[in-house]
Amino acid sequence: MTPPGTQDILRVLPELAWCSAGVLLMLLQPFVKNRQALTFISMLGAAAGTLVTFKAAFGEGFGGLVQFDIFSLFFHWLIGLVAFLVILASDSYLERENLDAAEFYALILFATAGMGVLASAQELLTAFIGLEMSSISSYILAGYRRDSIKSSESAVKYFLLGSFATAFFLYGIALVYGATGSTNLRTLATADPSSNLVRLGLSLILVGLGFKVAAAPFHVWTPDVYEGAPTPVTALFSAGPKAATFALLLRIFATVHAATDFWFWAFWILAALTMFVGNLGALVQSNIKRLLAYSSIAHAGYILVAMAAITTAKNSDSGLDPGAAYAAVLFYLLSYSLVSVGAFTIVSDLGGQGERYVNTDDFAGLGTRQPFAAAALSVFLLSLLGLPITAGFFGKLYIFTAAIKSKLIWLAILMAINSIIGAYYYLRIIVVMYMHEYKGNVPADAPASLSPTAAMVVIVAVLATLYLGLAPNHILGIVLDPNLILSGR
Amino acid sequence: MVPTNYYLILSAILFGLGIVAFVFKRNIITLFMAIELMLNAVNLAFVAFSQSLGKPDGEVFVLFVIVVAAAEAAVGLGIIILTARNRHSLNVERVNLLKL
Repeated sequence: MTPPGTQDILRVLPELAWCSAGVLLMLLQPFVKNRQALTFISMLGAAAGTLVTFKAAFGEGFGGLVQFDIFSLFFHWLIGLVAFLVILASDSYLERENLDAAEFYALILFATAGMGVLASAQELLTAFIGLEMSSISSYILAGYRRDSIKSSESAVKYFLLGSFATAFFLYGIALVYGATGSTNLRTLATADPSSNLVRLGLSLILVGLGFKVAAAPFHVWTPDVYEGAPTPVTALFSAGPKAATFALLLRIFATVHAATDFWFWAFWILAALTMFVGNLGALVQSNIKRLLAYSSIAHAGYILVAMAAITTAKNSDSGLDPGAAYAAVLFYLLSYSLVSVGAFTIVSDLGGQGERYVNTDDFAGLGTRQPFAAAALSVFLLSLLGLPITAGFFGKLYIFTAAIKSKLIWLAILMAINSIIGAYYYLRIIVVMYMHEYKGNVPADAPASLSPTAAMVVIVAVLATLYLGLAPNHILGIVLDPNLILSGR
Repeated sequence: MVPTNYYLILSAILFGLGIVAFVFKRNIITLFMAIELMLNAVNLAFVAFSQSLGKPDGEVFVLFVIVVAAAEAAVGLGIIILTARNRHSLNVERVNLLKL
C-alpha cells in the first residue's frame, strides 16, 4: 500500500475543513468572548466544508478506505446544510440558556465531519470511525445543558444505548470479517449469501445501524434523548446522523449482494413496525419535542419502506430498476431534514428559558399571537403530513410509487394507513395553534417572537420546503442521476 | 495450538455475558463495564479470525476499536459523573424523569 498522497487528501477535503474549523474554534475559545463572532466563524466552517466539495476529487482514496462520488457529494451537501442551519439556530438558544458557544459549535462540526466520513465510507473500518466520531460528539451535545437533570439524563441514556448498539455493529463486522477475510465493501460484494456466518454478521450490523436511524424495535432511546437534549441539538440528531446512516445502508446495499438478498424481510418487518410505533406513539404525546421525536421514528419507517423496495428491485430476477427507489430515499431525506430542522428551531425559540413552554397547550392561540411562527410551523407540519405543494408530498409519493412498482402492495397499504394516523396529531397542533385560546394569561417570560437568527433558519426551511413541493424536478434530476445510484462497480 | 473455534466460543460467551449484564444490572457504572466487556469480546473475535486467516487487517481493526473505546470511556465517565452530581444516584431505575 502506498503512503497517502495529495489525491487521497482531496477525497476527504470536506471532513478536513469541518475538523479544522472545530479545532480553530476550540483554540479561539479563550480569546474570543463574542458569541456572535464564534457563530459566524463556525457557520463559515460548515459552509467551507460543503463548498470545498467542488475541489474534492472523485474516486477512491487511502487504498479503498473512502470513496468520494456523486452519492457522497449529495450527502456532504445535505449534512453541511443541516450543520449550517443548526449553528445559526443555536445562536439565540445559547444566549438564552447561557451556555458556552465555542465548544458547542466545535462539537457540532466534529459530529458533522463524522457524518461526512460515514457518507463516503467504502470500508467498514471507516464506517465505524465515522459512526463513532458523530456518536461521541452527540453524546456530549445531548448533555450540554449541564445543570439540567433532563439533559444529563438524556446524555446518559444516549451514551449507554448508543455504545450498546455500537458493540453489536462491531461484532457483526467481526463475523463478516471472519467469513470473508475482509471488511472492504468491494471485497464483500462477492460474499457468499448462504453462509451462516455472513448472515449473522449482516444481521448484527443491521441491528447496530437500526439503532442509529431509530428503527423500531431499536427506537426506545429516541423520545427520551430528543426530549432531554437541547432543542437545536435535537434538530441536528433528527436530520444529520439519520441521513448519514441511511447513506451507509444504501452503500452496503449497492455493493454487498449478500445483504440485499438477505435483508428483504428484515426491512419489511422493520418498516412496518417502525411506522406503527412512531405514529401510534405520537398520538398520545403532549410534549411537542416528544411528539416530533415519535414523528421522526415514523418517518424513518417510511424511508425503510423505500429500502425494502430497493432490496426487491436489486434481486437479479425481478428485472426492476432500483433507481427510482434510491431517488425516493434521497429526496425524502432531504425534504425531511429541512422540515425537521425548521420545526425544531421554532420549538427551540418559543420554548423560553429552560425550555418550559414545549407542551402542545403552550402553542394555543399562536396563530394570533405570532402569525409568522404559527404559519411556518403549519407549513412544516403539513409537509410532515405529506400535503401537496410541500416537499413531504413528493417525498411520500415517490416512496409510495417505488413500493407499488416493487410489488410491495401490503407495505404500501400500511404506509397509507400510517399517513392517515399521522394526519391526526399533525393537524391537532395546527388546530390548537389557530382555534384554541390560551388558558389564562400568557406568561410574561414566554418569548414574544422568534429571534432574528431563528427566523432566518425558519425562512430558509419554509422556502426550501415550498420549492421542493412546487418544483421538485430540479432536485429530482439530481437524485435520479444514474451515476448517483451506486452500481457496486 | 488452540483451535480458532475455542476463541470464537469464548468471545461469544463474553459477548453474551455483556448483554445479560447490560439488561439485568442496575448501576450505571456496571452497565458501562458490560459494554466494555462486549467490545473486548469483539476484539477477541477479530484477533482470532485474523490469526486463522493469516491476515493482519483484523489486528489493525482491534487497534482502532481500542482507541475509540478509550475515547468513548472518557466521554462516558464524564457523563456518568454529571448524572451522579445532578441526581445523587447511579441507579438507572432512579434516572427516570423521561418516560418511555
